[in-house]
Amino acid sequence: MSVVERQEWDVVVVGAGGAGLRAAIEARERGARTAVICKSLFGKAHTVMAEGGIAAAMANVNSGDNWQVHFRDTMRGGKFLNQWRMAELHAREAPDRVWELETWGALFDRTKDGRISQRNFGGHEYPRLAHVGDRTGLELIRTLQQKIVALQQEDHKETGEYESRLKVFQECTVTRVLKDGGRVSGVFAYERESGRFFVLEAPAVVIATGGIGKSFKVTSNSWEYTGDGHALALLAGAPLLNMEFVQFHPTGMVWPPSVKGILVTESVRGDGGVLRNSEGKRFMFDYIPDVFKEKYAQSEEEGDRWYEDPDHNRRPPELLPRDEVARAINAEVKAGRGSPHGGVFLDVSTRMPAEVIRRRLPSMYHQFKELADVDITAEAMEVGPTCHYVMGGIAVESDTAAARGVPGLFAAGEVAGGMHGSNRLGGNSLSDLLVFGRRAGLHAAEYATGLTGARPPVDDEQVDAAAAEALRPFSAEGEVRPEGQPPENPYTLHQELQQAMNDLVGIIRREGEMEQALEKLADLRVRARRAGVEGHRQFNPGWHLSLDLRNMLLVSECVARAALERTESRGGHTREDHPAMDRDWRRLNLLCRLTDPTGGLAATDPVAGQISLTRETTDPIRPDLLALFDKEELVKYLAEEELYE
Amino acid sequence: MHSGTRAAITAPHLRTDRWWLAPAGTAAGLLAFIVYSTWRAFSDAHYYAAPYVSPFYSPCLAERCEPMHAGPNWEIFGSWWGVSPAIIILIFPLGFRLTCYYYRKAYYRGFWASPPACAVAEPHKKYTGETRFPLILQNIHRYFFYAAIVVAGILTYDTVLAFRDENYEWGHMGLGTLVFLINIVLIWAYTISCHSCRHIVGGKLKHFSKHPVRYRMWQWVGRLNARHMQLAWASLVSVALADFYVYLLASGAFDDPTLF
Amino acid sequence: MSGYTAHFRVWRGDVGGGGLEDFKVEVNDGEVVLDIIHRLQATQAPDLAVRWNCKAGKCGSCSAEINGRPRLMCMTRMSVFERDETITVTPLRAFPVVRDLVTDVGFNYQKAREVPAFVPPEGLGPGEYRMMQEDVDRPQEFRKCIECFLCQDTCHVVRDHEENKPAFAGPRFLMRVAELDMHPLDAAEDTGLDRKRTAQDEHGLGYCNITKCCTEVCPEGIRITDNALIPLKERAVDRKYDPLVWLGSKIRRRSSAD
Repeated sequence: MSVVERQEWDVVVVGAGGAGLRAAIEARERGARTAVICKSLFGKAHTVMAEGGIAAAMANVNSGDNWQVHFRDTMRGGKFLNQWRMAELHAREAPDRVWELETWGALFDRTKDGRISQRNFGGHEYPRLAHVGDRTGLELIRTLQQKIVALQQEDHKETGEYESRLKVFQECTVTRVLKDGGRVSGVFAYERESGRFFVLEAPAVVIATGGIGKSFKVTSNSWEYTGDGHALALLAGAPLLNMEFVQFHPTGMVWPPSVKGILVTESVRGDGGVLRNSEGKRFMFDYIPDVFKEKYAQSEEEGDRWYEDPDHNRRPPELLPRDEVARAINAEVKAGRGSPHGGVFLDVSTRMPAEVIRRRLPSMYHQFKELADVDITAEAMEVGPTCHYVMGGIAVESDTAAARGVPGLFAAGEVAGGMHGSNRLGGNSLSDLLVFGRRAGLHAAEYATGLTGARPPVDDEQVDAAAAEALRPFSAEGEVRPEGQPPENPYTLHQELQQAMNDLVGIIRREGEMEQALEKLADLRVRARRAGVEGHRQFNPGWHLSLDLRNMLLVSECVARAALERTESRGGHTREDHPAMDRDWRRLNLLCRLTDPTGGLAATDPVAGQISLTRETTDPIRPDLLALFDKEELVKYLAEEELYE
Repeated sequence: MHSGTRAAITAPHLRTDRWWLAPAGTAAGLLAFIVYSTWRAFSDAHYYAAPYVSPFYSPCLAERCEPMHAGPNWEIFGSWWGVSPAIIILIFPLGFRLTCYYYRKAYYRGFWASPPACAVAEPHKKYTGETRFPLILQNIHRYFFYAAIVVAGILTYDTVLAFRDENYEWGHMGLGTLVFLINIVLIWAYTISCHSCRHIVGGKLKHFSKHPVRYRMWQWVGRLNARHMQLAWASLVSVALADFYVYLLASGAFDDPTLF
Repeated sequence: MSGYTAHFRVWRGDVGGGGLEDFKVEVNDGEVVLDIIHRLQATQAPDLAVRWNCKAGKCGSCSAEINGRPRLMCMTRMSVFERDETITVTPLRAFPVVRDLVTDVGFNYQKAREVPAFVPPEGLGPGEYRMMQEDVDRPQEFRKCIECFLCQDTCHVVRDHEENKPAFAGPRFLMRVAELDMHPLDAAEDTGLDRKRTAQDEHGLGYCNITKCCTEVCPEGIRITDNALIPLKERAVDRKYDPLVWLGSKIRRRSSAD
């Protein structure tokens, strides 16, 4: 095998979104030499897409807010499945993380008295989201990026070298976490630009790669979201937690094809937008579940009055929780009453004067104008559910963000599981990135610098195996293929995977369909081994996709298997055959592990597959945190024995 | 045009639209004005028809100036000044416009082809921009702005004087008064909308919140500034028209219609 | 409207050379140029290199030149072209090419490092910052920048003159200097760093001849020239060329000497 370049670092951070950059900053400030590896250019991570804001109980707008209220909102949003300790840390530390951004140059929108302004958002009791117009994610990523540059400038002053203590390897992909026995010893990666392999030796690796949305056909996620970090952790022997919980946002654009899945913000409905089917009917009135009958308007007239007079009227059913609306839209489309491009109509044009629309929804006006050539002041938008966020992820220790079972491996951000339970509140993702990004960086640095004795060595055999695995797609054609089948086109495989996940493990899940999905995944796994690419290693997108397919297949199987196992409906997991939430399931977490940790990727049996599931009972919620809720509320979520322990 | 490591594309540009239209139009417009104003500035004649004085000749500062009753002529320059008195004063508006951030763009693109249009290669081998003499002098735009304020003030005075009739009786108005009014409004709008002005009234501040009045002025100038290009052209045309109107009257080709 | 076949010319090659390659490719209703490039990848040229990410005009990755104009491929709708028009797509021409439509934009990251970072004010802890909206409005406009580097690409100072690259930061990073200079709490001056002066002395502000191409190509509609570069030039003038300021400082110095 050819010699692969090696470098030594203390901490390697995989991913340069909010969590990764925050982790890197912390690790470097704690004295660890830190490398960041990201698939895109530095500063382009998917975090830039976040619009709403960063949830933090700073109480700038409403002085009644505090971390306890934020904690309560988060637990309710997650239907009490959250790792309560994470939710607690998150609520306590979020304000400090936001304020700290200001000292690095961030410019949030201001209140009249010059503090950070905070806005209302679904599920948050008080105005809580620090924001910059509708580009909060961009501000976050840019601030962190510039902080990293600032640290590099310091290092340059001291050492004459910008990258002596903190370096960003941009447009590089990590394909394997390397291990020395049980603990982490480094990562194997390749440069996308040149295709050159390299190894970063490091005792601590922080995974911050974001989500898995690219396994679904309709998604608001970018191409990077192929579940790399989830797969890296699995392959390194760490378990994934509650992967069945995937959030579908009810209103994504469905047309034109180029932007299918891009979000249409919730405030369109909050400001008076209504949903109609192809018959022109406001169908949401037919989808008010019994438990909500009391709280929602029963007629269009009453719903319309609510906008003006919310005290004496009930709110229109367009404002039901996200999962309800997503399910309703799904049902209308399935019943053949959808819009021409397979969504439903979201209309503000007949509800508000044009100039009011342009003033209240400027970004939506421009989004539709520029991307769809649709003037939302004159015609209806077409919308449909879109895969948005995965609540499940790498199982971590709440305080340290350390991945369970693999010393030296840490995870933060969307790739880590537990914080959001079964459903994430808007605004909690950006604060999650900051709080746990910092914690992961801190503990990774402590772990790395605190190691006594020799650093874990990188095993040559693992490096060779990783290199061989990465080169497979080029030799696919030369291999002896059963029945002389031609190599598979990775783009086709990817499309089939997305279609299968969308159709069979989507918003509404049924036992039979998920079993079908597992069979399809098994079939795709076999074919993915034959995925072949042309050309050379220099910036070859077909090759990159072939390598990402491994990750998407692993993660998709986790989602499908966990979704099949959890026989209840809760938050981002809806079972048609088990439509109710089951209190006994609250304490149960589902852990996915690799069936064959030796790396036998040939496992193709649809029943056994690559993933094995275990159930685990969580720790009881600390009494002082439970005491923040009313008994009547807890009864809805907690099993009898939990209540009286 | 491209170094060894750039994509090997030899075409100086690949634009398919009519990118040359804008610089060509700009060059033509500016050239027309230059020809006209040069002729008028050096002609040394037909610049006063009571009560109107051509803006090219105001203030008139040489002994050889035509007498203007209470007009803006002060004989600062004696009989030794042998050429057109317009030359003395035109330096200032000329300098103001020459160093104006909009005109700079216009003539760099239109005359210098630096660049001719966006993403169209410029023909020059070397480029140092405004880093050295003489173009570093563009930085003195602000001196000319101060001077332009004075000139605009004098032209305002001329416009006030235009509310007289040809016998210097107050309270009258002719078509020329209207022409002068339009011109002076455009001159002021152009002068005030200048980027230097925007900077001086408030742009230089770090904290608007501590200077509410200047902040409001800055916003107001900013709104005008967004139209600086349009105002530059409008005032260029109006000043030429005002001069041409005076020329028509002074040469007897036209009689000023009296409104009241 | 239904699909049609469009004629594309895409630059393919690397640092060793290359040229425009012709493709006939299907176009469907509502698509953007990036969709067509992706279709080429999926059907005709699987190794066609292109950089992209969010596909919604928010990350600034898919910068290229379409019919000679620097643009984001994800924000260029096919409907702006005639059906029989040949659409030429090339990499950014101001930067070294890596392969096909991908260029090495390292120049920009290098320039980013040369702008001294925000200097936090002494004596103000986290949570104690107070800034008024009217004071943050200006720098906030510049922070809308998605770093697509189209302005850096189109600016003739470096596009047509490679030799100017060491001396010139480019519109994006001069705008960054302006942003920091207008930040209500930036304390650079207290540390002896004069951003106005360094804009001209170290970042090459004088090279800018305000021909506004940066503003023209900005997909975020930031008025780079009017709101960042010219104000920065004026601030440099304050330091170096303004007669009244000069006079004022003379008098002040004299009176304080008295």
